[in-house]
Amino acid sequence: MGANLINTAYLLAAVLFILGLKGLTSPRTAVRGNFLGAMGMLLAAVATLADRQIVSYEAIALGIAIGAVIGLIWAVRVQMTAMPQLVAAFNGFGGGASALVAGAAVFMPGAISGVPEIQVHVSGVLSAFIGSATLSGSLIAWAKLQGVLRWQPRGLAMQAVISGSALAGIALGVCYVVDPTALWAFGGLCALAVVYGVLLTVSVGGADMPVIIALLNSCSGLAAAATGFVLGNNVLIISGSLVGASGFILTQIMCKAMNRSLWDVLRGDLGEAAAKGATTDVYTGRIKSTSPEEAALIFDTARIVTVVPGYGMAVAQAQHAVRDFANLVESRGGEVRYAIHPVAGRMPGHMNVLLAEADVPYDRLYDMDTINPLFAETDVAIVLGANDVVNPAARDEPGSPIYGMPILDVDKAQVVLMIKRSLSPGFAGIPNLLFTRDNTLMMFADAKKAMQDLSREIRDL
Amino acid sequence: MEALLVSVTVFVLAVFVGFEIITKIPSTLHTPLMSGSNAISGITIVGALVAAGAGEGSVAKYLGFAAVVLATVNVVGGFLITNRMLAMFRRKK
Repeated sequence: MGANLINTAYLLAAVLFILGLKGLTSPRTAVRGNFLGAMGMLLAAVATLADRQIVSYEAIALGIAIGAVIGLIWAVRVQMTAMPQLVAAFNGFGGGASALVAGAAVFMPGAISGVPEIQVHVSGVLSAFIGSATLSGSLIAWAKLQGVLRWQPRGLAMQAVISGSALAGIALGVCYVVDPTALWAFGGLCALAVVYGVLLTVSVGGADMPVIIALLNSCSGLAAAATGFVLGNNVLIISGSLVGASGFILTQIMCKAMNRSLWDVLRGDLGEAAAKGATTDVYTGRIKSTSPEEAALIFDTARIVTVVPGYGMAVAQAQHAVRDFANLVESRGGEVRYAIHPVAGRMPGHMNVLLAEADVPYDRLYDMDTINPLFAETDVAIVLGANDVVNPAARDEPGSPIYGMPILDVDKAQVVLMIKRSLSPGFAGIPNLLFTRDNTLMMFADAKKAMQDLSREIRDL
Repeated sequence: MEALLVSVTVFVLAVFVGFEIITKIPSTLHTPLMSGSNAISGITIVGALVAAGAGEGSVAKYLGFAAVVLATVNVVGGFLITNRMLAMFRRKK
């Protein structure tokens, strides 16, 4: 196949990727969009196999077979609750693959036709650094989300090591560009990038995970785009920059929803007040707790119920119990809505996926700006495993460390039923003033069990 | 130099296209967006195939082979899991 034909196939693939992403703008067209994207990928891969430079197919066939089996088994068997880990890991593989391709190009610069050597070396360094850091960072994120890694170092010394590894990496990159025979510099650069990725993600806390996953997503795209510059290949540049832009937008949305800068998130910094630790004295004598039997009575007359899910719902795998509860309320003439905070859970859209798994219609899910004015007409707001994102202190107390963070105004509902295992503070480490409000009832229980008990008691009314 | 400028042009325009499309995607689909766009970043498989299939330079070949494995996991797993998630969103009325 001639080069022109291959490039035309690449152009078609790029168009299919763009149409595929466009399909994701509505749940109705999304499945088809994803299919178009997959077809674009198939087209690009098949066209590449016809490339004259490829002289042997054994390694290719073996590599594809191994990769396809792993990808297939993983994607088919993974539980929806493990989705954040999976997305994190896949980001890493994309970044790692890009770094490896850049490395291969460095060892055979003559094989890349039409690209000036200096462009190969400069973009090769970029791709290797971003890709290696994305790989190691994503694996750390995977390990943290999977619960196999709990180490979370912080502090100034850590900051110094992180900055140091990045600076040393850049220095080695410059060495290599100046003298492309210095392959040791290229290898050292990759090693430092791996260290950098590990250190950067290891200090990020659990509730900040949505930011870091979105950021790694962006980086996996940028690594691919950089590899595109190495190879002088436009389809890589286009696809990579689409993904880079996508991840960047998600990162911005997540940071805005926490009223924190990306820099603060990466430093694992929550502000000084939070570090002093929480005092629970504010709760003394001001907490009203309730039981499922008592709480069921509220739902006897409740017409509009809003569920506010958080990471606690994911941990307890309570989404199906929530759905059963909602069916019950609806069968009694009520309406159930779901209020989704952008950073609820461990990745962008985490709650939406879990509720979709439990067959909750997506038009019942409201984003923060839409639902907030509607809390005033809500009879009961059930907060299920969410904490900081419903803390009125973020709205009302200028002295609070989380002041300015956009929250769900659940306290405006007639009654707030807070389902939580204990009074322990959320990720921000500060007391939640919502617990002390006159219209708040606390139910201390596991999210799943609480919803099941509540449903049973309502049935018995 | 001319070729580089063309590549940079393509890059900048693609970033703009990306921003225009992605900002229109509803928050409810943000997880499938991440896994789907991640699968697209597996396009690096194109470079991996050439490196793994090249006759010369055994180091490049090994690196290329490893890249093919990682990129294929990324592509196959990414599109499949995205499809699985999106099917859950679609089956509601």
